[in-house]
Amino acid sequence: MGRVIARDLRLAFRAGGGFGLGLAFYLILTVLVPFGVGPAGAELARIAPGILWVGALLACLLSLDRLFALDREDGALDLLATAPVPLEGVALGKAVAHWLTTGLPLSLAAPGLGVLLNLPWPGHLWLGLSLLLGTPALSLIGAFGAALTVGLKRGGLLLSLLVLPLYVPTLIFGADVARRGAEGMALGAPLALLAAVSAGCLALLPFAAAGALRINLR
Amino acid sequence: MSIWSYANPAKFMATTRRLTPALGALAALCLVVGLVWGFFFTPDDYRQGATVKIIYLHVPSALMAINGWLMMLVASLVWLVRRHHVSALAARAAAPVGITMTLIALVTGAVWGQPMWGTWWAWDPRLTSFLILFLFYLGYIALWEAIEDPDTAADLTSVLCLVGSVFALLSRYAVNFWNQGLHQGASLSLDAEENVADVFYFPLLVSMAGFVLLFVALVLMRTRTEIRARRLHALRLRERMA
Repeated sequence: MGRVIARDLRLAFRAGGGFGLGLAFYLILTVLVPFGVGPAGAELARIAPGILWVGALLACLLSLDRLFALDREDGALDLLATAPVPLEGVALGKAVAHWLTTGLPLSLAAPGLGVLLNLPWPGHLWLGLSLLLGTPALSLIGAFGAALTVGLKRGGLLLSLLVLPLYVPTLIFGADVARRGAEGMALGAPLALLAAVSAGCLALLPFAAAGALRINLR
Repeated sequence: MSIWSYANPAKFMATTRRLTPALGALAALCLVVGLVWGFFFTPDDYRQGATVKIIYLHVPSALMAINGWLMMLVASLVWLVRRHHVSALAARAAAPVGITMTLIALVTGAVWGQPMWGTWWAWDPRLTSFLILFLFYLGYIALWEAIEDPDTAADLTSVLCLVGSVFALLSRYAVNFWNQGLHQGASLSLDAEENVADVFYFPLLVSMAGFVLLFVALVLMRTRTEIRARRLHALRLRERMA
């Protein structure tokens, strides 16, 4: 499993791997928002947590369709399926690698982008923390969606249609933590629920993803 | 004789040939009685006026929108565990009916909400969870349409249905957390002290029965079509081989 993660990381960092793409997309999205809603500081501060969460969600989505599709094209997925590590482990490893290359950098970049959107001070920390807790769920759900659509020629659009509704609970709890953090309110409950969503996804979704992969490899 | 004998397509087709029109006729009867009784022979509500009568379409369609998904979940489980093709095809057949019911519930709700709440749409938990349910139906149908091999499609959509059910349930309670609602509580439930008044209650029950029967009849009809389409496909393949 460690090798799966290391291999995916190497592929992502080398030329054409598209490591920085998600981050760049996130930056551009954040820069575009003030053009859409106007530069007034108070208004931007109010919508900043939500925008930064939705942006992270979309940036996560961007690299999902290549998660299994490239490996399937060059036959690596068949080799992984016959490898001694169970397919569940492969799916989990892929999701971890996806998180390390998108979720983690997005969480680290989000507080900085919060400055652009005039996010009030303690909000930066809570935004970063909520993304750190929530993006693993996004990667795991995404891996499940990618496993479902791996056999399709043009699965990208369908993938977003399948995955985005599944993102709803994570988005609700995550954005709520960030919003409450920015407004200085108590945020224990949404934080716990967000962690619960991530933990539940971590426990269950590798099995669902591996099941979908097995069906697609038949 | 167990229920599993109907998993045999030939047996299923033979039984439903008679059953489907009968159920359809019964559904039409219930709907006509329920809706005419509800629309013309019940008093206006003292606060809501005539708009209260939308309840005869809204509540039954909402009921079937949720139960339609539940039926798909059961059919998907049966397919995954016992590999009965009729079950997978029934799940496929139910999805468009379910999404239509969801749409009817959303539209009638908007039509009622405009005069009553002064808005077509509010981000109320119940409304929002129905919108999310609509999206789940949409993804499920799109996945069925996208995959060519019928068995792979049945497997993948079943897995999606299982995972989707968990997330739909989670979303249903997550939106409660996110926004407090405008929507009133349940119109009827078995354990409540007080349901809607009897004058509205009985025609509502009849029209709910009508919607249940309509749903079953439509799903049976569509399942029969799916089975025939599958047969046609098999015949064509055989012809090409020969």
